[in-house]
Amino acid sequence: MSSVAHENHHDEHHHEEHFISKYIFSQDHKMIGKQFLMTAVFMGLVAMMLSIFFRIQLAWPGEESTFLNIFLGDEWAPNGIMKEDMYLGLVTLHGTIMVFFLLTGGLSGTFSNILIPLQLGARDMASGFLNMLSYWFFFLSSLLMFASLFVHEGAVFGLQLGDPTTSLPGVWDGSGPAMAGWTIYPPLSALPQSVSGSGLGMTLWLFSMTIFIASSLIGSLNYIVTVFNLRTKGMIMTRMPLTIWAFFVTAILGVLSFPVLLSAALLLMMDRMAGTSFYLSDIIVGSEMLANHGGSPILYQHLFWFLGHPEVYIVLLPALGLSSEIIATNSRKPIFGYKAMIGSILAIGFLSFIVWGHHMFITGMNPFLGSVFVFTTLLIAIPSAVKVFNYLATLWKGSLVLTPAMMFAIGLVSTFITGGVTGIILADSALDIALHDTYFVVAHFHIVMGMSAVFGMFGGVYHWFPKMFGKMMNTRLGYVHFWITIIGAYGVFFPMHFVGLAGAPRRYYNYSVYEEFDKGALDMMMDLNVIITFFAIFAALGQALFLFNFFYSIFRGPKAPQNPWRSTTLEWTTPVEHIHGNWPGELPTVHRWPYDYSKPGADEDFIPQTVPLAEGEEEH
Amino acid sequence: MEKIIILIVLITGVIAIAQLVRVYELTYKLKNRGEHEIPNRDNNLNAKLMLGFMMFQFLGFIYLMLKYGWTGRGEPASLQGVETDWLLNVNFIIIILVFFITNFLLFFFAYKYVRKPGVKATYYSHNNKLEIIWTIVPAVVLGVIIILGLKSWTELTAQSSDKAEKIELFAYQFAWIARYSGEDNTLGKFDYKLTTGNNELALMTESTIDTSLNEMKLSIENLESKLKQVNFDYLVSAYRGLSSNSSFKSGIDKAAQEILVSDFNLAEAEAEFKHLYGDHIGNHGHLEIALEAPNQETQTIIGDLEQQLSIKERLYRGLVQMKQNHNPDVDKYALNDILQKDTLYLCKGRDYEFSFRSKDVIHSAYFPHFRAQMNVVPGMPTRFKFTPSLTTNEMRKSKNDEKFNFVLMCNKICGGAHYKMKMIVVVYPEAEYNTWMASKKTATFKDQYSPAVEAVESTIDSNI
Ligand code: HEM
Ligand SMILES: [Cu+2]
Ligand SMILES: [Cu+2]
Repeated sequence: MSSVAHENHHDEHHHEEHFISKYIFSQDHKMIGKQFLMTAVFMGLVAMMLSIFFRIQLAWPGEESTFLNIFLGDEWAPNGIMKEDMYLGLVTLHGTIMVFFLLTGGLSGTFSNILIPLQLGARDMASGFLNMLSYWFFFLSSLLMFASLFVHEGAVFGLQLGDPTTSLPGVWDGSGPAMAGWTIYPPLSALPQSVSGSGLGMTLWLFSMTIFIASSLIGSLNYIVTVFNLRTKGMIMTRMPLTIWAFFVTAILGVLSFPVLLSAALLLMMDRMAGTSFYLSDIIVGSEMLANHGGSPILYQHLFWFLGHPEVYIVLLPALGLSSEIIATNSRKPIFGYKAMIGSILAIGFLSFIVWGHHMFITGMNPFLGSVFVFTTLLIAIPSAVKVFNYLATLWKGSLVLTPAMMFAIGLVSTFITGGVTGIILADSALDIALHDTYFVVAHFHIVMGMSAVFGMFGGVYHWFPKMFGKMMNTRLGYVHFWITIIGAYGVFFPMHFVGLAGAPRRYYNYSVYEEFDKGALDMMMDLNVIITFFAIFAALGQALFLFNFFYSIFRGPKAPQNPWRSTTLEWTTPVEHIHGNWPGELPTVHRWPYDYSKPGADEDFIPQTVPLAEGEEEH
Repeated sequence: MEKIIILIVLITGVIAIAQLVRVYELTYKLKNRGEHEIPNRDNNLNAKLMLGFMMFQFLGFIYLMLKYGWTGRGEPASLQGVETDWLLNVNFIIIILVFFITNFLLFFFAYKYVRKPGVKATYYSHNNKLEIIWTIVPAVVLGVIIILGLKSWTELTAQSSDKAEKIELFAYQFAWIARYSGEDNTLGKFDYKLTTGNNELALMTESTIDTSLNEMKLSIENLESKLKQVNFDYLVSAYRGLSSNSSFKSGIDKAAQEILVSDFNLAEAEAEFKHLYGDHIGNHGHLEIALEAPNQETQTIIGDLEQQLSIKERLYRGLVQMKQNHNPDVDKYALNDILQKDTLYLCKGRDYEFSFRSKDVIHSAYFPHFRAQMNVVPGMPTRFKFTPSLTTNEMRKSKNDEKFNFVLMCNKICGGAHYKMKMIVVVYPEAEYNTWMASKKTATFKDQYSPAVEAVESTIDSNI
């Protein structure tokens, strides 16, 4: 429904809605946001379980585990010992789901949807229908990706698509999910003969991603149009909260980069199904000589990382946006350097398109080209550093209220620093030679992207839960959850730097090869691997507290006040009960920037954006 | 049973937490305080815990560094590795400083500026001077890092010296083969189409081309006759199906047998069957016959065979072209190449120029101790150079580990046994290396490869 339509009947919101149009095929941005959140949380849990499985394998390789047998069954963990192929399947799906489904769909989908109209003073998204479509595409792609975990001999959930007796596996055959890593580099991902997951599992992966990209594009376009057109009176661009700036730039990055991934995926599908040679050349797989000639596997990597690097910022920027808002509110201080923050978001957004080659330093590309990417990559550290310093300056001389959301936001700043500095090492191509594809990289991106984004997401949920559900979450459970999570996260990912520096390649089923030639290194890796796995289990169990708190509070939590955190932004001027069109009467008018906290001369320590400037008052 | 117990424990756990939460909420209600109002006690406690967490983080880091020795990386064993480890250390010092300082400020501020009764936050929205400073300082530091880094990078990736010894590393699921260039220090040419049972590395010589041409031709003929057979069988059964008359059937069978022993073509065979059918129904003239389409299974078989045939024909054309362009004068470079499996022998202090080639998917040649790595990409040869600076024995002494060895590992996900794909690397001092090399004089490609035209059952054909 367009916002114009709402203007006319906004006070008819009491009419009863059908269950289906309210909860399922809803076109209301608040409901759609919640749908994204629920789906993403489910997918996130699945991905977390997968990681526990492979962590167990890494810590205790070759030991029988009833736990693994219960979950993976006799096919993939006979006698409780995981199969090699499945190990690769688990890491692949873990990465894919976490990056795309939890942190892209979940983070942007949830918070862009909920906050863009509410913080801009709009009745809804520009197109409610497209918004609904975006969610349902996301749902469908989640379903396909989830289903791919259950592929067995060319069949999924009893639906036989391939030929289980074939000796020459094709794209509908094979067992298990995709097994080529979340980046699915061909030829491994292109040739069903090369690994069992490159048959039906990979086919489902590609279909799922195609639909996912459609969902993301529709969503992003909608966000961009909404930000451009539906800001309420007085909400000029430089009065938008940083959350909106972040969502806005994220959406632009998505629109510009996801289509490239779509092309990459389509070409890969052609190579798999139509015999083309975009990525294939001079290959003999097993004993089968292929006639494909002239393609380049490196072409795929260029296309993939042209999305892939912006993608990491697509994941990170919304988290930074959310935490900017949370930190300002709970420091009771304006965010330091609002304009510089916008500037660095834009700079990061722009630079993120010209650094992708840092994932490919050792693919054999021209060393001079490598140098260019070293340069651009290190440039991006500058706006990142500016953001960190501005966060620190915001805390300085604040009056901090340590709500769970605030603690997660502080945690985000910490992980952003810790993971960001190792990026500087990796960006140095000379150093990357020996670190590429080791656990050092795994440590880097889990801390800087994984943890930061997850912390941002948790912060967002704790902070805006009252807005989403009209209830309060339990604070003390929130604290315990935070401490378990941050200790677990550092416990898991920090030692990985050392594992990587010692030379442990990533995506290894076990490190037993070291037995033969470097016992010292093996002992170190195994010590640390066991510790890491303990922390991982600890952190995973801690998430049960969050789940409990989340669902319990939805149903039984205390009712939320209208503006629980005493914020300045518009979403807190809407009624606690959700209504169509968000505001019962006129749309609010904005008179000031969103960060008037503790402004001298004011009675309260916050001045909502809707309050006109007093006489002689400067805006900021 | 186990599952039931787990379930029961889980359920009681959830109920217990729920009860606790209820109690806690009731106390809040009694105090008439909302969940959003954070009591000072909680606020201060968490502020202190922030400092505590900082200690956990810092001490954990220092503990790891003490336990595993600085970065835990071990000694570099190549000249290039010595250089990059120096650079790594410089960078490490910088980032560790940044890590400690900024994390300290973060947690310290979180502790220090926690809400205190009567103290209001300072309204402080920006300071251009400060912001310019903290843009420029990182920019300068990064400038230094970039310059140092690019200097090393340029050296590492530069052309290797003329005297560098050339070795090719060939990767496939899931092992490595090394090819030394022999006395002429020149690697012979290759083309993947030349891969046969006794030419695993697809080296190109007059005779390997001929062998492959022959084998390819044979396997094309083989496929063609299979295809003909399948089509013929289908024709026979389709014509048999036209009428249930047993004399007609046996007529067809008899004709089929006669055709099979002769060198027939399909069109003639079909004409003959048609003729028989015409006889059978008494219509010798122009005849329209609607045959049943081949069943699904036959169609798949035909489709597969035709596809394989078209692939082989394409490869065959490539081989013909190769033969035309081949200059037999260069065969000698390939013929004295030395193939070496399992262990790669190198000489201390000698420059090496490696080239990399993959048979199937992307692999990555990772030499952790030499700080060297390069992807191995099918269809696109890559290169890398390094100079070993420690022998295996020297490294064993310094590590105090009698069994230590250098290694070449695969570091790009390449399939199930990826983690086992390795080759031991032994670095000898000059004299020992020369002795080893001399022992290989008689193990050249020429010595190992004997053109075997009769060996039709090569690996390539094994799946047809
Ligand atoms: C200070 C800025 C940063 C620099 C200089 C940097 C640099 C790098 C480099 C050079 C690599 C490639 C390492 C390799 O594969 O050998 C890398 C990997 C990665 N980085 Fe960063 N990074 C930075 C910040 C970030 C941020 C903010 C994110 C996420 C939000 C991120 C996410 C990733 C991911 C996901 C990978 C690895 C992907 C993979 O190989 O699977 N990085 N980073
Ligand atoms: Cu990147
Ligand atoms: Cu490999």
